[in-house]
Amino acid sequence: MTVQPAPRPAAVQSPPAAPDFGSLVREDRVHTSLYTDPTIFATEMDKIFANTWVWVAHASEIPTPGNFKTAHVGTQPVIVTRAPDGRVHVLLNRCRHRAGSVCEQRAGKTSVFVCPYHGWSYDLTGRLRGVPHASGYDASFDKKDFPLISLRVEEYAGLIFATLRADIQPLEAHLGRARKWIDLFMKQGAGFPIKAGGAHRFRFRGNWKIQLENTTDAYHFPIVHRSFLTSLDDETEKVFDVLGQGGWVEDLGNGHSVMVMIPDLVDLEQNLDAPIPERFQALADELALEHPPERVRRIVRAVGGSGFNVNIFPNIACSMAFFRVLRPVAVDETEITHMVITMDGGPPAANRARLRLHEHFQGPMGFGSPDDAEGWERVQRGAAAGTDLWVMLNRGQERDVSAETGMRAAYQMWQRMMTA
Amino acid sequence: MNGAQRCEENATTEPSVAGISLQEATQFIWLEADLLDGQDYSAWLALWTGEGRYVIPIERTGDDHADRLNVVYDDRAMREARVQRLKSGLSMSASPSARTVRTVSRFRVLGEHAGGTHLRCAQHLVEYKYDRTRTLAADVSYRLVRAAADSGPRIALQEKVVRLINSDDALFGMGYLL
Repeated sequence: MTVQPAPRPAAVQSPPAAPDFGSLVREDRVHTSLYTDPTIFATEMDKIFANTWVWVAHASEIPTPGNFKTAHVGTQPVIVTRAPDGRVHVLLNRCRHRAGSVCEQRAGKTSVFVCPYHGWSYDLTGRLRGVPHASGYDASFDKKDFPLISLRVEEYAGLIFATLRADIQPLEAHLGRARKWIDLFMKQGAGFPIKAGGAHRFRFRGNWKIQLENTTDAYHFPIVHRSFLTSLDDETEKVFDVLGQGGWVEDLGNGHSVMVMIPDLVDLEQNLDAPIPERFQALADELALEHPPERVRRIVRAVGGSGFNVNIFPNIACSMAFFRVLRPVAVDETEITHMVITMDGGPPAANRARLRLHEHFQGPMGFGSPDDAEGWERVQRGAAAGTDLWVMLNRGQERDVSAETGMRAAYQMWQRMMTA
Repeated sequence: MNGAQRCEENATTEPSVAGISLQEATQFIWLEADLLDGQDYSAWLALWTGEGRYVIPIERTGDDHADRLNVVYDDRAMREARVQRLKSGLSMSASPSARTVRTVSRFRVLGEHAGGTHLRCAQHLVEYKYDRTRTLAADVSYRLVRAAADSGPRIALQEKVVRLINSDDALFGMGYLL
């Protein structure tokens, strides 16, 4: 029989050293453990995703009272609802009794969420409406004490964000200089309201920040997406020559950034007298049957989307012609949603063109996304080697579209939040 | 399929052309499955009619694919571009792609007419790449027609709609064809 050494009194044990997250980010590089360390991931969910504005919906996804969709704030499932008074609520998707999820539909319309386990029911604002066999509770039980937990909600330009924090700055201040670019982005409605019209969703085995970086990475485009570029006609291939048009990247503060790849397509309401690209000529001819020439030009100019990506820290980007949403699942697993944008009430031919353009690049079998996803998985696989090495973000000067400026901006915010 | 729909399909046919038996259709679909697993995409392209449509929808129900977002909504030009991309060597998700092995069964004829057939079947696909093996299940519907060819009449693909069991959930990058 072996004798177990007596445990040392707790007071004598040295406390575990608090991880020094700040030292893992330098101005021009980040430590490999940011992709691989489960402790860092858990801390990110707490210090970043539970601590800032997180995008949960576009207003068009819940257009009328009773509409709802499910989403996530970090790894926490939420329901986004539009109440009878038109206000948006974001509720933790967890019954206050014994934690059952009260909604498992991706989207829909209802007036009530019922927990399937014991039948507790909640209205669209989260208020607890009914408790079966309520006589089993004592007199102190008050339904008012058990609503679905409600997050703070604010909206900018149709983008709905939620936060678990009551005391952080308002959304508009958080977005700051990114607002100008969001406004420009929304011009691709060509005068019609922007509508989130369906989405591709896919997962890859890699850390969420690998995708966060990618939305502000023009450097990879001609390499990773050569097979997409060669599928285009010559004129369109020139449009997607993202490194050759004098683009740039700007740090917009608070971890946000913009990457301008096609400067000509920054403002879709300008240059309306430019020649119609050959790839949109058939569409223009079709639209001309029902719309005046100025309107046709505005729609055709908008139909291919904007020439830039606005990366909003931590989980949403307004990316050329679509919304890119990232959802951290685990330290080495991330879910990506690419939501197509259509013109609400716009010409069906123009909206079909937008759908086909989105399908061409995006999605699990698009000509672009599978190669991106493969690249991101290769980063995660490679990061298993050289665990003491750094990931380099030192590329690029001012006014260089392939500068890693946007990534540096995001990691500065990461450092600020993780050490706060 | 109800009787009215069946009549409607019958009404659009040319009575002079022979129908396609279930056995012929099955042999054709197994050939297609084998070409896809073997990545003989040139031969696969030749199976189609010029107007043929290859669709992988996101939503599990509904047929108005043109006005919705799909995973794939290919006419002839997009099919050819897709094959060119997969064989180009320029796409890291396709060079190499995952290996695939698929089984097609549970054939059910939905509508028959002279010169063509509409049927549905089940497809189980197993893919392997790196250290991971995954499965994808789908209901697949086919519209097959008799088409002219230099070597005589052949069966050709007019429409293929692949409804993945999890099409409306998160998928993953695929560097091959379903």
